[in-house]
Amino acid sequence: MTATVASPSLIDTVTASFTRKRRLAFAVPAAILAYLVYAAISFDLAGLAQRARFENAAILLGDFWSHKTHVTRDNRTDQVTVAIEGENKGTYPEGMLPDWVTIAGTVTTIDLGDGHVVTYDDKGARYVVPGYGKIDIRPEGGKPVITAPQPIPDWISVAENKVSVTTDAGRFSYSRSKVETFKYEPGWELWFFTLDSPFYGKSWGELAALATTGDRIDPNRTNLGYMVSEFWTNKMWRHGDVAWAIFETILMAFLGTMSAALVALPLGFLAARNFNPLGPLRFAARRVFDFIRGVDGLIWTIILSRAFGPGPMTGAIAIAITDAGTFGKTFSEALENIDEKQVEGIQSTGANSLQRARFGVIPQITPVLLSQILYYLESNTRSATVIGAIVGGGIGLLLTQAIITQKDWEEVAYYMVLIVLMVMLMDSLSGWLRRKLIKGSSA
Amino acid sequence: MVDIAFGPEQGRRPDLSDNREAYLDMVRRKRMYGGILAVIFVALMAAGWSLSEDRNAGGFLEGLHQVFDFPAEVFAEAWEKRALLPAIFWEHIPALIETLNIAAVATLLGALMAMALSLLATRGLARWPAAIPLFRRTMDGLRAIPEIVIALVLIYILGGGPVPAVIAIALHTGGALGKLFSEVAENADLKPVEGLASVGANWSQRMWLGVIPQVAPNWLSYALLRFEINVRASAILGFVGEGGIGHDLKLAMQWGQGRYDEVVAIFLLLFLTIVVIDRVSDHYRHKLVRGH
Repeated sequence: MTATVASPSLIDTVTASFTRKRRLAFAVPAAILAYLVYAAISFDLAGLAQRARFENAAILLGDFWSHKTHVTRDNRTDQVTVAIEGENKGTYPEGMLPDWVTIAGTVTTIDLGDGHVVTYDDKGARYVVPGYGKIDIRPEGGKPVITAPQPIPDWISVAENKVSVTTDAGRFSYSRSKVETFKYEPGWELWFFTLDSPFYGKSWGELAALATTGDRIDPNRTNLGYMVSEFWTNKMWRHGDVAWAIFETILMAFLGTMSAALVALPLGFLAARNFNPLGPLRFAARRVFDFIRGVDGLIWTIILSRAFGPGPMTGAIAIAITDAGTFGKTFSEALENIDEKQVEGIQSTGANSLQRARFGVIPQITPVLLSQILYYLESNTRSATVIGAIVGGGIGLLLTQAIITQKDWEEVAYYMVLIVLMVMLMDSLSGWLRRKLIKGSSA
Repeated sequence: MVDIAFGPEQGRRPDLSDNREAYLDMVRRKRMYGGILAVIFVALMAAGWSLSEDRNAGGFLEGLHQVFDFPAEVFAEAWEKRALLPAIFWEHIPALIETLNIAAVATLLGALMAMALSLLATRGLARWPAAIPLFRRTMDGLRAIPEIVIALVLIYILGGGPVPAVIAIALHTGGALGKLFSEVAENADLKPVEGLASVGANWSQRMWLGVIPQVAPNWLSYALLRFEINVRASAILGFVGEGGIGHDLKLAMQWGQGRYDEVVAIFLLLFLTIVVIDRVSDHYRHKLVRGH
């Protein structure tokens, strides 16, 4: 009877503890919320809405899945060029045109589809928009003069020196020096072969026939070899360079991680309490690890790229140094947590200290070591992308270059897809190896 | 000797009744595999290093004696102007706070996202068990995209400032923590959840009152570790993109000679911050996981 009655002091303690917990349950979310509000103010979230350029997002998303072809006439020379993305590398050679452009004498007709037709001729240029009418532009005194059904809608912008029309079918602009039409089409154009390649515009069936039974286009090599080399050296997408860059990134991660582990293992023994009885030496080793980790990969990368110049070796050394600090710490912790019995057993057979380490310690810490190393191998693949952007090597460099030009977003999309695939591949590879090796060694 | 290195001849199987022979055979085979692996590993390392040296602008040996040239030059200049250092420290404190804020906000948002994702992706706890693979793949995808990719794309859309970095780090953190959180939640005791279910609690109540209290220490510990990582990431993103102390460092570096005192001041600030955060988070993580 007496046992079930809680003493008043117990009731008080429990109630007090509940009150505290209840307060905490409100205080913690409130504190987080307050902090986020402070952060939003200090980050100027309100100003961000004005600074954000959502048309950039539209350009970016558009480029991710489509490409545009420029049909440009120079108004001084009357020269018409058709170029994919307006780039030199994507310019249609003389005598070759996409099937929606026809040039007859001085008249160029561009069929944008759905009844949208643009014509360039001696008098100027005309754009027929279905459901609206004809937009006629002719130069007078060097300036474009527009004749179109009134009132002029807001998708036509008229300025003193430039008229531009934006419709769902494409974009058209007329200025003093040139008249330009952009047609948007889905897909990444020229991904396999560029326009100057003999394999451009062929269907899969035709390519397969050429590769197997067709006559040699270049008598010196097989069609298949020619095809592979045309693909590999594609000037627009540079598949060869990109493959090298990916390889370089993985190489940096591999070399960096493995070298770090090789350096950190002996140092880990030095920093472990049960292997190094010399206190000062242990202390020194630990401070070295702390220093290396504290200086941070960014600063190591900067210092090293001053000494070794840009390139994958610099990146690999930077990763190795940074991770040597981390590995040193985790390895020494793993070494301190081993079971001493096995070491004693080995010692009882008269083994020296090296043999004790090899047969008594290493087998115990191998799973921890391997799983650490493999985990870092995967995470370093990602770091190597960033470090590559700083030291100038690998896919990180290509990506930052493509982003900085703010033009070739389809290439950015391509590199992003490749990076994600690369990291996922390394992730599953390291997971697979981890399962395989660690299970295998314990079995 | 040959026998030890290459194992028994083909077709000669060890007699299993003689277990000494079987054991030696196993040891020999293990040694052979180990040896082959070691040789492959050494070859890969050697080939890799020489290849990467070939593709590097400067060679290893030529660069080696220069490693300390730059730090020496920088520190020499800073030492001459050491009287100015405290003022420069003070000047860069706001940028440092911004870097820390980026890391902290990103860790908070990422951890909140990871909480939701991990509970939805854990067997036995998920709200919609059929959607577990979907949430798992989402986390994989978030983890796979490097922060720098998201940050640079967002800088193009949102303009400079800390927000792109926050979003980039938060997304990555969501994926990375989500995986770790879900591993912890998998081991949670389901009895409190069943108890709550028996009194009619809905899913969010079951999670909030039944699971979160169990996993909170481990989750917090992982989140602290992530905060450490995110401080570094935030500094690097500042260097490559915009915002925070990384950006200041880049500006000072680009200026070069004459501003090395500033470089040293930023180095030191960054170093001290990282060491302090490492220490503090180490301490609390030990406390959280061991419970004392």
